[in-house]
Amino acid sequence: MTASAIPVPRLHIVTGKGGTGKTSVAAALALALAGTGRRVLLVEVEGRQGIAPLFDAPSLGYEERHLAAGLDGGEVFGQSVDADEALLDYLTMFYRLGSAGKVLQKFGAIDFATTIAPGLRDILLTGKLKEAVSRSESGRMTYDAVVLDAPPTGRVVKFLNVTVESGRLAKTGPIGKHSRSVARMLHSSLTAVHVVTTPAAMPVQETVDAYKELMSADLPVGHLVLNKVAGAKAVEVGAEEIKAGLERAGLHSEDDLVSGLVEEYAAARAEIESVDAYRDRLEQLGRPVEELPLLPEGVDLSGLYQLARELRPGIIGERRNG
Amino acid sequence: MAEVPGLDVDALLGDENKHVIACCGSGGVGKTTTAAALALRAAEVHGRRTVVLTIDPARRLAQSLGVESLDNVPKAVAAVRGGSLDAMMLDMKRTFDEVVASHTTPERAAEIFANPFYQAVSSTFSGTQEYMAMEKLGQLRATGEWDLIVLDTPPSRSALDFLDAPARLARLLDGRVIRLLSASTPGARRSMLSLMGASAAVFTRVFNKVLGGHLLTDVAEFTASLEDTFGGFRKRAEATFRALQDDQTSFLVIAAPEPAAVGEAVYFTRRLTEERMPLDGMILNRLTPVAADLTAERALGAAAALEESDADDPVAAVLRTHADLARRRAAEERVAARYAAACPEVPQRWLPALGVEVVDLDDLRAFGAAAAGA
Repeated sequence: MTASAIPVPRLHIVTGKGGTGKTSVAAALALALAGTGRRVLLVEVEGRQGIAPLFDAPSLGYEERHLAAGLDGGEVFGQSVDADEALLDYLTMFYRLGSAGKVLQKFGAIDFATTIAPGLRDILLTGKLKEAVSRSESGRMTYDAVVLDAPPTGRVVKFLNVTVESGRLAKTGPIGKHSRSVARMLHSSLTAVHVVTTPAAMPVQETVDAYKELMSADLPVGHLVLNKVAGAKAVEVGAEEIKAGLERAGLHSEDDLVSGLVEEYAAARAEIESVDAYRDRLEQLGRPVEELPLLPEGVDLSGLYQLARELRPGIIGERRNG
Repeated sequence: MAEVPGLDVDALLGDENKHVIACCGSGGVGKTTTAAALALRAAEVHGRRTVVLTIDPARRLAQSLGVESLDNVPKAVAAVRGGSLDAMMLDMKRTFDEVVASHTTPERAAEIFANPFYQAVSSTFSGTQEYMAMEKLGQLRATGEWDLIVLDTPPSRSALDFLDAPARLARLLDGRVIRLLSASTPGARRSMLSLMGASAAVFTRVFNKVLGGHLLTDVAEFTASLEDTFGGFRKRAEATFRALQDDQTSFLVIAAPEPAAVGEAVYFTRRLTEERMPLDGMILNRLTPVAADLTAERALGAAAALEESDADDPVAAVLRTHADLARRRAAEERVAARYAAACPEVPQRWLPALGVEVVDLDDLRAFGAAAAGA
């Protein structure tokens, strides 16, 4: 890695409107970041178990587990962080609670604490991320990068900014102190928040809104990912020509088939043309825009690697230039 | 595969015994749009006095319904043809404030509003939105002003939150841990504390340390002031929950043809069945529209044949576009079929994506007509 004044992001937070494919993009990003000899941790926080099926792996737990080989032989690990376990972890670490922790859990106190202290859940989750980012083993960082499949755009700023707001409620005590150190990392150039969208009006609008919200909360926006872009060519073609073409190719050319194809192609063309408008709109925000193809059969493991290869030049290339 | 029963949307919307339709599903499946379209159709086609309670509509949908401002009371939607449609957007904080204000003296209410813990719970607690949606539903129902209330549910991390969160909030505000805390505030019954004994001491010590002492005091004061103002959140939440079980209510599960959304729909269906909630159907939105009847394989074969003589044959491009659509559609149908396999008795309606964003009442009308198969 080249030395530079601005540290490269090591915590990648991937958000997006529901249905835009943010989990697949987060997974592909983790694969792309896991170049030769690198270790990447892919984390989900809301117990959705969206990551495991993409890798054909059993459900993820609180323990970090090897998930897949990255591009060029790095390694990707997966983890599903749960707030209750994170609190127990935290209490054990700071208070040497031992079995008392289990008693508290049985008593419902853990659930209670993570519920009442508003945002304590999110503080614990983001705290766990910070721990993973800063952990080191025998003199080297345990993970070269941590990728988070984050809550959707509507909730992500609240999620990331909770450590700032918690100051109001936990002025004293270790949670308050802890919050402030997590907040510092999240607002630094160690972190990049990537926003995923599809080429459609509502997700693009939400991306623009999320961008503004992230900027005004002083959170570092990374790349904007335009996902599920249909890759067809725009050609000029009419019904007569289609009819003739079908006959040349030895297919029946009933009117129904021809009019169906005309209708489909008109819609596809409109979509292709609108992609340019959406890309322009995103580029106006002044952040790099990455484009990912629509995989017609949905995203499976080989599709993830394909997306990872598409993402790599834009995201890793920039890092190399430092 | 056995034939899946079709969902008769018009029969449901026109059923005079149904007074609540709740649209549930994970985020990004078109829940709000579906709720608005069904409400409009109930008003216009079935002449019912309808209100739609939306949670967080996209801006243009909100504009088309005239609910851009959060005023927390239903307003008539202009330009509805026949019947009447009102719409509102839920203001979670204000609903909570109203609940408090309606159950206590102004002085006491002011005290509660000023409590930092109340402020946090009423605006940020993750279950509050769900609880307040139920509360608002109860309020709207009690007025008797509408024949039909169509409810959009909050954009939770999981559709199940809508069922679980109110009980969770109630448990939290009504639970034994809170009692324990209220008991340890000055002036309260000391006996509670000794009853709980050593574990209570450990508990308070640890949490005072971790959270900072004043937070627990705020919580304790808050719950103490709630105790005597209204008779238990738990009871309230339970009553609303029970109201959802009667057969005047209808649940619709909304999904999109993606593995996560369909998985969520299956879980939600199971929960509804377990809780004996009246589930009437599943609506699958956003299928890729396919207009030409030709398999992907034949389209690709024909495209390859055309490209042999002209690599840039425009008809080949048309055929490849069709093949992509057909493959997408087939993959989506395979995902969607998981629902029918897991929940064969639930009537379904599959809807192709409209291709355009819903921006006005005409778009909603078209959506509603498609949903009804009209």
